[in-house]
Amino acid sequence: MQMTSPVREPLVLRQIHDKNRKTTMHDVTNDICRQVEAAPNMRWMMALGISLIVLAYGSYTLYRTWFFGIGEWGLNKTVGWAWDITNFVWWVGIGHAGTLISAVLLLFRQKWRASINRSAEAMTIFAVLCAGSFILMHMGRPWLAHWALPLPNTYGSLWVNFNSPLVWDVFAISTYLTVSAVFWYVGLIPDLATIRERATNPISKFVYGLLSFGWDGSTRTWARYEMVALVLAGLSTPLVLSVHTIVSFDFATSVIPGWHTTIFPPYFVAGAIFSGFAMVLTLMLITRYVFKLEPYITLNHIESMNKIILVTGSIVGIAYITEFFIAWYSGVPYEQYAFINRMFGPYWWAYWSMMSCNVISPQFFWFKAMRRNIYATFALSIVVNIGMWFERFVIIVTSLHRDYLPSSWVMFWPTYVDVGDYLFSFGFFFTCFFLFAKFLPVINMAEVKTILASSDEDASVHYAEEEEHAKEKAH
Amino acid sequence: MEKKEKQEFLVGVFDNESKLISAIDTLRAKGLKIHDVYTPYPVHDLDVHLGFKRTRLARAAFLFGITGTTLAIIMQSYMLGFAWPMIIGGKDHIAVPDFVPVTFELTVLCASLGMVATFLISNGLGPGKKALMFDPRSTDDKYVMAIDLGKNSKFTKETIEKMLLDNGVSEQPKTKEV
Repeated sequence: MQMTSPVREPLVLRQIHDKNRKTTMHDVTNDICRQVEAAPNMRWMMALGISLIVLAYGSYTLYRTWFFGIGEWGLNKTVGWAWDITNFVWWVGIGHAGTLISAVLLLFRQKWRASINRSAEAMTIFAVLCAGSFILMHMGRPWLAHWALPLPNTYGSLWVNFNSPLVWDVFAISTYLTVSAVFWYVGLIPDLATIRERATNPISKFVYGLLSFGWDGSTRTWARYEMVALVLAGLSTPLVLSVHTIVSFDFATSVIPGWHTTIFPPYFVAGAIFSGFAMVLTLMLITRYVFKLEPYITLNHIESMNKIILVTGSIVGIAYITEFFIAWYSGVPYEQYAFINRMFGPYWWAYWSMMSCNVISPQFFWFKAMRRNIYATFALSIVVNIGMWFERFVIIVTSLHRDYLPSSWVMFWPTYVDVGDYLFSFGFFFTCFFLFAKFLPVINMAEVKTILASSDEDASVHYAEEEEHAKEKAH
Repeated sequence: MEKKEKQEFLVGVFDNESKLISAIDTLRAKGLKIHDVYTPYPVHDLDVHLGFKRTRLARAAFLFGITGTTLAIIMQSYMLGFAWPMIIGGKDHIAVPDFVPVTFELTVLCASLGMVATFLISNGLGPGKKALMFDPRSTDDKYVMAIDLGKNSKFTKETIEKMLLDNGVSEQPKTKEV
């Protein structure tokens, strides 16, 4: 029997918006610098305006949180952590996809990452900042935030407790933010130099000149750059795993039934990648449409990310079932009750939203037609993030609201300040993302240029046609 | 400050990676010294073809990393073991397993920041630094080769120009004084 090997899908397609010709290096530069150089358009300004309005409302509720204290939230004596930590874990989780794409996929030589790593990393940084904002918020007295650091002091030289996972978290999150930001910026320098050389007006020439650090693209610089990228990827890979592991320790090292679980680290990391890829897809599908980046962010990219969503979503599903099994198998009545209460207690709706969004919805991605369908992907990416928010809510609130003593059993209901603080993080995230998308290159031009040569021409024609076809169907 | 004497360079522009690599090999075999090559993206093994030393940044990163590890262990042991020893959860003052996460994070932090700082310093990169661009298109789609005429005194300028033209440059080489 004779087997014909199918031609591998090209990573960069033809110029589908312009005469359907082969994409050259100059096209890459033009396509990606275009939105940086053009004047801001109406659509962008409206999007930024909406984010700023949301941010303004969130800032008002944040003011109430800090001025009047966290009594403004729906917390009570039994439920001391609710929306704040749910949002914190949710945002940290979202951040993980950026590092996964830029570091883990680099180590695995997955070249398709080249066109999505820049914006995924930017998303990581903004998401981690949002997560950090909830840490500051839930402190109640953010002006004492430096107490979480081991700083010399006059309180009898009282130090932080290095046995506590909350202190580990301070180190993990701040290291993660710093390393991600540095990794992202080093990758930006060559592209900023490209913009600098193209800049015509003196202000952008000056600003991009300053930001590009005097990059000249010489052989030695590139050789060192590649080494930096490789080593940073090697360091970021265990780092990203450690961050969500430590976040899960915040719960796992406690003695609360429903939190006290050894399965948490791998389960949280899988969930983080799951929700992170969903957020990358949401943002990427919009960016690709608005900036006409279809030759670079192709259906192949979307399909690859959907495969990761399918795998991690299923891991999360197995983790949910394992938790139940262990609760039953442990023979601990408190543990068993915590899980029965999740399913059939007063928060049953949160539990079943989580189950259907996280376990059932990604199963659609077993079908290739679904994986390559832009609309299905967009809808499911949002569903997945709703589900992952509910996952954290279920873990945190349902485990807390029924204490060991039935007399302290209560419900948690959010106030408008809880909701407003969550909106604050959305406003902040999208404001940052829109500013990034306008003023910095959303795709790593230098890396896309390295993969141009491997984009086979005949295959590129075929897949560009498929892309056109997908667009026609949409209209 | 004493003004540096001007150096004269011959700049050859290539539009194809394989032509560039074969030109480098041929020109170097003929004894021509190439100052540097500027490319829009990292060309694989270009430093090897040019005979440059391999970068030792990875070793620097390792050294920064173990510095971080050491500092983290010293800091935690000093603070909880000597400066203000407290019994926390019945554990030892210096509870080694509990120190692992912070030690790991500080190792990664020091290794990354140290390596990136070394990278910037060794390349002379930094805010406000001016780039020496032989041809601005080297950040777009051209491969630019610079030859220092002062260091190649055994060839005349015309010979080098001819050598470049014979080896696939896409346009007439230009002279640039720096």
